[in-house]
Amino acid sequence: MRKSRRIGSRFFMGLVFLFLYAPILLMIVFSFNAGNSNVVWQGFSLRWYEELFQDRTILQSLYTTLLVSVLATAVATVAGTFAAVGFYSMRRRTRSVLMNVNNIPMMNADIVTGVSLCLLFVAVFGLWNEFAANYRITLNLFGSLYRITFPELSLGFGTMLIAHITFNIPYVILSVGPKLRQMDNNLVDAARDLGCTWMGAFFKVILPEIKPGIVSGALIAFTMSVDDFVISYFTAGSSVSTLAMEIYSMARRRVSPEINAVSTLLFVVVLVLLVVVNLREARAEKAAARRGA
Amino acid sequence: MKKVLALTLALAMVMTLALSGCSVEKVDGSGDGSFVSADGSTPSGSGAQTTGNRVVNVCSWGEYLDMSLIEEFEAQTGITVNYKTTDSNETLYSLLENGGSDFDVVVPSDYMISQLIEEDWLQPLDYSKIPNFEKIADRFKNLSYDPENLYTVPYTWGTLGIIYNTTMVDEPITSWETMFSDAYAGNVILIDNPRDAIGMALYYLGYSVNTTDEAQIREAAALVSDAWSSGVYQGKTMDGIFQIMEGGNAAIGTYYAGDYLTMLENNPDLAYVIPEEGSNWFVDAMCILKDAKNVDEAHEWINFIASTDANLRNMDYIWYASPNEEALEMYPAWYEEQYGEPLDPELYEIMAAPQEVLDRCEAYLVLPQEIRTLYNDLWIELGT
Amino acid sequence: MKNRRSLLAVPYVGWMALFVIAPILIMVVYSFTTAAFDPTLANYTGMGTYTSIFLRSFQLALIATAICLLVGYPLAYVMAKEGPGFQRTATVLIMLPMWVNFLLRTYAWMAILENNGLLNQLFDLIGLFDLINGLFGTDIEFFRMIRTQGAVVLGMVYNYLPFMVLPIYSVIIKLDHSLLEAARDLGADTAGVFRRVILPLSLPGVLSGVTMVFVPSVSTFAISQLLGGGTHMLLGNLIELQFLGGAYNPHLGSAIAMVMMVIVIICMWIMNRFGEGEEQAVVL
Repeated sequence: MRKSRRIGSRFFMGLVFLFLYAPILLMIVFSFNAGNSNVVWQGFSLRWYEELFQDRTILQSLYTTLLVSVLATAVATVAGTFAAVGFYSMRRRTRSVLMNVNNIPMMNADIVTGVSLCLLFVAVFGLWNEFAANYRITLNLFGSLYRITFPELSLGFGTMLIAHITFNIPYVILSVGPKLRQMDNNLVDAARDLGCTWMGAFFKVILPEIKPGIVSGALIAFTMSVDDFVISYFTAGSSVSTLAMEIYSMARRRVSPEINAVSTLLFVVVLVLLVVVNLREARAEKAAARRGA
Repeated sequence: MKKVLALTLALAMVMTLALSGCSVEKVDGSGDGSFVSADGSTPSGSGAQTTGNRVVNVCSWGEYLDMSLIEEFEAQTGITVNYKTTDSNETLYSLLENGGSDFDVVVPSDYMISQLIEEDWLQPLDYSKIPNFEKIADRFKNLSYDPENLYTVPYTWGTLGIIYNTTMVDEPITSWETMFSDAYAGNVILIDNPRDAIGMALYYLGYSVNTTDEAQIREAAALVSDAWSSGVYQGKTMDGIFQIMEGGNAAIGTYYAGDYLTMLENNPDLAYVIPEEGSNWFVDAMCILKDAKNVDEAHEWINFIASTDANLRNMDYIWYASPNEEALEMYPAWYEEQYGEPLDPELYEIMAAPQEVLDRCEAYLVLPQEIRTLYNDLWIELGT
Repeated sequence: MKNRRSLLAVPYVGWMALFVIAPILIMVVYSFTTAAFDPTLANYTGMGTYTSIFLRSFQLALIATAICLLVGYPLAYVMAKEGPGFQRTATVLIMLPMWVNFLLRTYAWMAILENNGLLNQLFDLIGLFDLINGLFGTDIEFFRMIRTQGAVVLGMVYNYLPFMVLPIYSVIIKLDHSLLEAARDLGADTAGVFRRVILPLSLPGVLSGVTMVFVPSVSTFAISQLLGGGTHMLLGNLIELQFLGGAYNPHLGSAIAMVMMVIVIICMWIMNRFGEGEEQAVVL
């Protein structure tokens, strides 16, 4: 009885994963296509991989993508976790107002978020650059005079990073929130009674409790960053571009199969990393279990 | 807690002492020599542009340039090219309008160029810095979007036509009528942009594609909309057309000549025709934005891309015809030399439509704002 | 002490004011002005024309959310029953497809669902069409799957399913097992335990999941363009057309986005009220 249910649940999982991975498998297969089509097979070839490694634009955009995603995820995860803990210590009414504001970037169409952030940056930078062009700081530091000119600001990697952080944090909060709701608040009080500082209570009690929420929040944030293109488009200025932006702008003509190749590589690298990490942890757990016994 | 407060206070006091001479002053032009600039260099006036890397910011369509040309240009001139891409004229316009760009060179299509000129986005070019402009065929100069040719150097040109699968139709297609009749109901793909879709109905009805007569536009839109509701179209798409036509999933679609040639590589059954009623022919041209920061570099880039060699390689890579007379004439021979086989003259004619075909075609002009809104509204009605 | 902890949210509240509220205010200004920035209500008064688009978008998003919940909840549940190693792998495996660009995955779905696509070829291979044609005397050569509303829903489910699974899963694995045992000891059968204990306790995760699926589904535009074949316009397409279309009217686009946002906020508000009530019921 138990066993059959287990088989049933594994089968169900298998079906869902098939659903999730079928298109990816297709993409991987066609990254080895000799022709440039996504539907017509013209024989096996490594042509697109060769071309990929000579394509500076794609490699550069891959680097930009990973950099902005990692940075944005790191910042968003930390800030989002703190914010969620803060939110859940507030009175319910304040919390629900803030949560609704928090949800706005998710609720808005991407294009609207992108354009409005772009307008904001341009307006602020316009004022700043006006100021920077006309004023500077003079500094009398222990007798010698220094002059610091204000830097001129323009859209670029920094603004794109800000935008990514902005749309990532809500996802972190939404993932961490349920864990906080689920957490027993008496635990924190107990820790405090036993002499923990409130920061100590945060790190020793709350953090371990909500860790799964943080992990899935970070995962979602990273994914959103990798996948986003519209918001990046409007906040990145003219000198940086991400992989997603490259792909979308190819769409008017055709998406180069090099993109299949680079995505396949990315996919395989992550998969291998995943397997390695899991094997390691499994081994460590086994060792720990043996020691325990 | 008290300790922290005391520490902060102490720190603040030290800071105030050290920075006692700190002030924000207004720049009055030239600085006097007694100042030491923070970065150690000699002070210069406001808005100091360091003479370091030379850069040019270019914006074009994705997959619309042989990327090895960028490396060659960089090696030749030492100018770094920031090459960014968008997917449509409208995205480009939106980026410009919102201030989300600081491009030097942009490569819009004809109707967008006239809109940009009209709205004062572009600066006149210094053609003395673009000697290769001489090589552009005369028929691509002084076109309606830039009648005195002050702002543009053509990049590519081509036609819009019907792409069909010869195994799925009964007889060769010659007229736009196929796009509206039941003959191939459920097997036709509509192009997903109002100007082109309503445009083909305008050709069919014998009107100008640049008409500003509301009644004519409405009549054309009704034609599309009737065909839509009677199930002629399988769907509408832009980029999806590649997969649909290559995989034999629909019999008939509308797209650009250069892209037809790309599809043909994967499905030899496809054919391309410019219908007898005429069609759209377009030019994409390079322009420099008015507030470009790297004007000299932009001119150098344009001149490089307009050269015969660059045009040959580009044409070979993207399958869109070049406006460079020399390159256009040399291409079949160049192709044979490269690939060891002659270029099919039929394909060459599809890529670079002969003058008598172009005479049947019409270029898009920019429409007044209210007509653009009308197009948009009619298009939305179609989807509701 | 509790208030001290709420200070942790201060930096983010400041951040929100700068990068969430300020852009929204800009959009509000846009939505109430004309192209020349004269005040007007015209952007809102004409909204009635788009009622059918609004209805369709919300309807499709609702269906997609329901399917995600029906598939995602059991998946999260069975995942949580597995060993820790398996769980770790499964969590990442759920998200991994999304690290491949959206457009590529959607193109792949097109190739699968096309009239002449993989799925139809598979059906043909196993003789499904012959069977049906023989049984019903029909003459079909393929199932029309692509460029239908069904394909749009499929695209939404495919893209947003992970957002449903992860929050539910992370809540279920933290359920207190002594509670489940207590319920069982008190005589509840498996179904009873699930209905009375597990389901109410996992509700916060469900609410998060529903939000994360429903909201992006309402405003998506690429899915309906590629998988839906543009046959039915959704809100996302309508808005995109205003910002990136030939008529270029960000003022109208902002107004539509505002209306959409207000409706979504109301939906979320109702749902969260319902959720908060449940939470209290559980505590009692």
